[in-house]
Amino acid sequence: MRISCPYCGTRDVAEFTYQGDATITRPDPASTDQNTWNAFVYDRANPAGKHSELWQHSGGCRTHLVVERDTVTHVITSVAFAGAKRKPVSAAAPKRKAPARKAATRGKAPS
Amino acid sequence: MSGRRVSDRGRIDRSRSISFRFDGQAYSGYAGDTLASALLANGITLFGRSFKYHRPRGVLTAGIDEPNALVTVIRDGMREANIPATQLEIYDGLVAESQNRFPSLAFDIGAVNQLAGPVFSAGFYYKTFMGPVIGPLRGTRFWMFCEWFIRRAAGLGRADHARDAARYQRMNAHCDVLVVGSGPAGLAAARAAANAGKNVILAELDPVAGGSAKWSGETIDGKPAAEWAAAQAEALAEMDNVRLLTRTHVWGYYDGNTLAALERVGDHTLTATPGEPRHRHWVIRAGTVVLTTGAFERPIVFPGNDRPGVMLAGAAQRYAAEFGVLPGRRIALFTNNDSAYAAAAELSAAGAEIAAIVDTRQVISAGVRDLAARAGGELLLGQAVSATKGGKALTGVTVQRLDPVTGTASGEKRTVAADCLAMSGGWSPAIHLASQAGAAPKWNDDLQAFLPPDPAQPWLGAGAFAGDTNTADALRSGRNAGARAAGGRASRSQPAKVEAPKLDPFPAPVFEIRPTEGSSGKALVDHQLDVTAEDVRLAHREGFHSVEHLKRYTTLGMATDQGKTSNVPGLAIMANARGISIPEAGTTRFRPPFAPVSLGSLAAERFGDVSPDRLTPMHDWHVDHGAEMMPAGLWHRPRIYGLPGETLEQAYVREAKTVREGVGMVDVSTLGKIAVKGPDAAEFLDRVYTNKFSTLPVGKARYGLMLREDGLVLDDGTTWRLGENDFLMTTTTAAAGKVMQHLECLLDVHWPDLKVALTSVSDQWAGAAISGPDARRVLERAVQGTRVDNETLPFMGIVYGEVDGAPVTICRLSFSGELAYEVYCGAGHGTHVWEALLAAGEPFGILPYGMEALGTLRIEKGHVTGAEIDGRVTARDLYLDWMLSKKKPFVGSAMMDREGLVDENRIRLVGIISLDGLPLGGGAHIVEANSHAEPNESIGHITAFCYSPVLAKYIGLALVKGGKARHGQRAFIADPLRKRYGPVEIVSHHFFDPEGSRMHG
Repeated sequence: MRISCPYCGTRDVAEFTYQGDATITRPDPASTDQNTWNAFVYDRANPAGKHSELWQHSGGCRTHLVVERDTVTHVITSVAFAGAKRKPVSAAAPKRKAPARKAATRGKAPS
Repeated sequence: MSGRRVSDRGRIDRSRSISFRFDGQAYSGYAGDTLASALLANGITLFGRSFKYHRPRGVLTAGIDEPNALVTVIRDGMREANIPATQLEIYDGLVAESQNRFPSLAFDIGAVNQLAGPVFSAGFYYKTFMGPVIGPLRGTRFWMFCEWFIRRAAGLGRADHARDAARYQRMNAHCDVLVVGSGPAGLAAARAAANAGKNVILAELDPVAGGSAKWSGETIDGKPAAEWAAAQAEALAEMDNVRLLTRTHVWGYYDGNTLAALERVGDHTLTATPGEPRHRHWVIRAGTVVLTTGAFERPIVFPGNDRPGVMLAGAAQRYAAEFGVLPGRRIALFTNNDSAYAAAAELSAAGAEIAAIVDTRQVISAGVRDLAARAGGELLLGQAVSATKGGKALTGVTVQRLDPVTGTASGEKRTVAADCLAMSGGWSPAIHLASQAGAAPKWNDDLQAFLPPDPAQPWLGAGAFAGDTNTADALRSGRNAGARAAGGRASRSQPAKVEAPKLDPFPAPVFEIRPTEGSSGKALVDHQLDVTAEDVRLAHREGFHSVEHLKRYTTLGMATDQGKTSNVPGLAIMANARGISIPEAGTTRFRPPFAPVSLGSLAAERFGDVSPDRLTPMHDWHVDHGAEMMPAGLWHRPRIYGLPGETLEQAYVREAKTVREGVGMVDVSTLGKIAVKGPDAAEFLDRVYTNKFSTLPVGKARYGLMLREDGLVLDDGTTWRLGENDFLMTTTTAAAGKVMQHLECLLDVHWPDLKVALTSVSDQWAGAAISGPDARRVLERAVQGTRVDNETLPFMGIVYGEVDGAPVTICRLSFSGELAYEVYCGAGHGTHVWEALLAAGEPFGILPYGMEALGTLRIEKGHVTGAEIDGRVTARDLYLDWMLSKKKPFVGSAMMDREGLVDENRIRLVGIISLDGLPLGGGAHIVEANSHAEPNESIGHITAFCYSPVLAKYIGLALVKGGKARHGQRAFIADPLRKRYGPVEIVSHHFFDPEGSRMHG
């Protein structure tokens, strides 16, 4: 498997570290609701098919990437910087657009 | 069978004689020979004994698909087993042995297994040895009794215990087009892609490119095919954009068009070329792959088809044409298709007498009749070989009339005298890589073979692999595949002209011959694992119908050849037993590796003296000054600086005492160091540490604790505030990478709005910790540019100065519990500063100390490290609750108070004192009753231990149920592995100076 890092180019999966499910959102830090935190820490869907996951280019630029990958065929359909689509950290803070880091998305990876 | 060399054929070099030994006997061959061809030329026909029945075996094939002729090669004192003699190139000094025979190949005691044949049918082990003990001959206990004998009798070569001294290498390669296989189709494909300017890798498993062109005897472009192929390969090798890899088999096809290949760089010479590895593991990432892997010929299943002298027709042809060896003097052929006639013509032209051509078909074409006439010998149509004669070598075959509908042979038996039988049951495309890369293969009724599936990855197929049945088609499809792989279009021009006999490409659907009367012995399907046609039917009778069950029940298609010759015949017999078609029976999915791979090549350069090391800037100094080094992850750290005659314990006790009584110094460069900078750095640290850092004044350090999201402890360490927005975080040596990744993930993914930059600076700073009552006096002598008194440099304070001209940062921290300072300088100044500090300490008797003394000092103080922070403990378990801020949320704060994590009866940190004056053991259990015989419930375990010089006792840290509540109680250590039992007292983990007066002084 190869991942196209928007900074470094297409690299072998050995340079990357899997960092978990990209679909989950960290709860409001002030929240003490156990169900919300439990879901954040433990609940994962484990789909067979399209999956959105976090990969860190740990052997390269060390950026975290959101990789859309099919868990059955390993075909990667898009790679983008993580964080760009995330909500601000505090629920108390007003909702605002994510920082203007350009999300570089590539088409179908040269599988 | 008695083979012999002919004078006018083959690519062997008759001017270079090679001498080698097989089973202790000296032989000679020519450069270019394989062990199989050289032994055949010497008249050797018996190569080994079979896996289960110890049946005598010769060669079946001439290549990588060989199931029978496996040998052990002895090289540099190391034995390597199960090497196909058909692939092993001979070299001067080669020593090889046959396998699975005792005491000798010709006289093998194990052959008695043949008499007990019916006993050892499929499922023998399950039926005989599983289940309860009923009577004397059943059950698992009986298996335990028999195992040694059976393991000795069954099997192939034996593994060696000697260390593999060979070197292996790993290579990464990228190319636009990877062509696998260099037969006519592969050469044409590589040429087309290379001419289009693409970067091409052409991989060929044989030492010489050309594939079937090397032995087909056809004419391409007006030249003998072998010459044409050699010229093509040479031209390709000279192109800058082509890499020709011979002796290389591509064995794995993975996602993203990543393929794995093994290049056997040095197996064909006695000594490795200097600087060259034995094997090279290639990881090739190809834009497009062109598969031109050819096809494997199939044997026909009939009784006695494994007798030495029976081989595939294509192999016999190859021995004659490529190696100039006739595998027999009087050769019979047995076929269900036309290709064996070309073999007959070649063998006849090379000088063999053709005894007969037995064809299962009633009707054959005129062209083939011509070939048969040229070859000579009787043409027996509509007939089949139903038995073989001879002992350890073939003397003749029995021919009977074949019923084409039932596949049974019956009627009058005729014996045809022959010392070699060349058989052909049709051809199976070598679809292994395509199957690995995608879907299930597709059955073709005309070819009676599985063709490659539709590509799920960017590959193209050509030649026999894709079902082409003649060289002209292969050249055309190869060229077109190469052009398309290069992004172009198929060409309409005529490819090179081929002169070859016109053959009917379609075989008769005959896989097995079953004589109607008289059991004539075993009909082998899988030669390597001794699976017979009867075993396949037994599997069917016992309900193992699916191909996957068939494989596992009978072991059909397992072993080192992975069923290259047995796969389709086995399926055909099962399909026949079930009364369904072969495609309905299905096929197993091929998995990597296509052919065996050396473990050394996979581990290449990741072990031993070629694995990476992390050395501190003072490493050489430590080694030069007698340090015994120990690994800590990739780091190497001094364990002790022992004096001559000192034991490990004596050394660390002496070092620890020096620190408590005078002053000592330890290399702490391995600590993880992360520069945390930016306007939100303080806010960020408040979120990741359990305690507050935004309140920390500039120029001070603070001890911090980090939790994981699930509320368990991640790591601890001090963080120094160097400026308003500039922090230096330290982590434990082992957790440095983990902590960095944790912080990066939080910033990148969850808090992208925080303006913080993280930089790993672990390797940029060298660190020395000076501890002991005299530490300040040493610094006073060594440091210029700053005062180091208690006012200027209080506990947890930071100052900047110089040591012998080198700038240093000094922080007053203590891991040992003594007055102590950590002195950091640029890594390049590490040894310089280290030596200057030691020189300054000389009047005070300063000594360097190692990890054992460091451990002793921290155990006495009750400080925790990675041994206690093992991923299962909470802050409360370590009595660090005081560090959990109630004023702010932090990572893990919401999860750390879960019911199971706040239970008082969890295993918690305590101190342990040995009451019998004997050492404790790391990992040993703590139990409540002292009984060696019966296991006790464990109430915890020891995480670290040492001999404490200040207490003059063996002490340790432990995690014990209830923790503090057990202080003052007696318990026992139970360490069954090391046979250590004894009484201990549970005490506070603060053994020494619990008030901390020494480090604050």
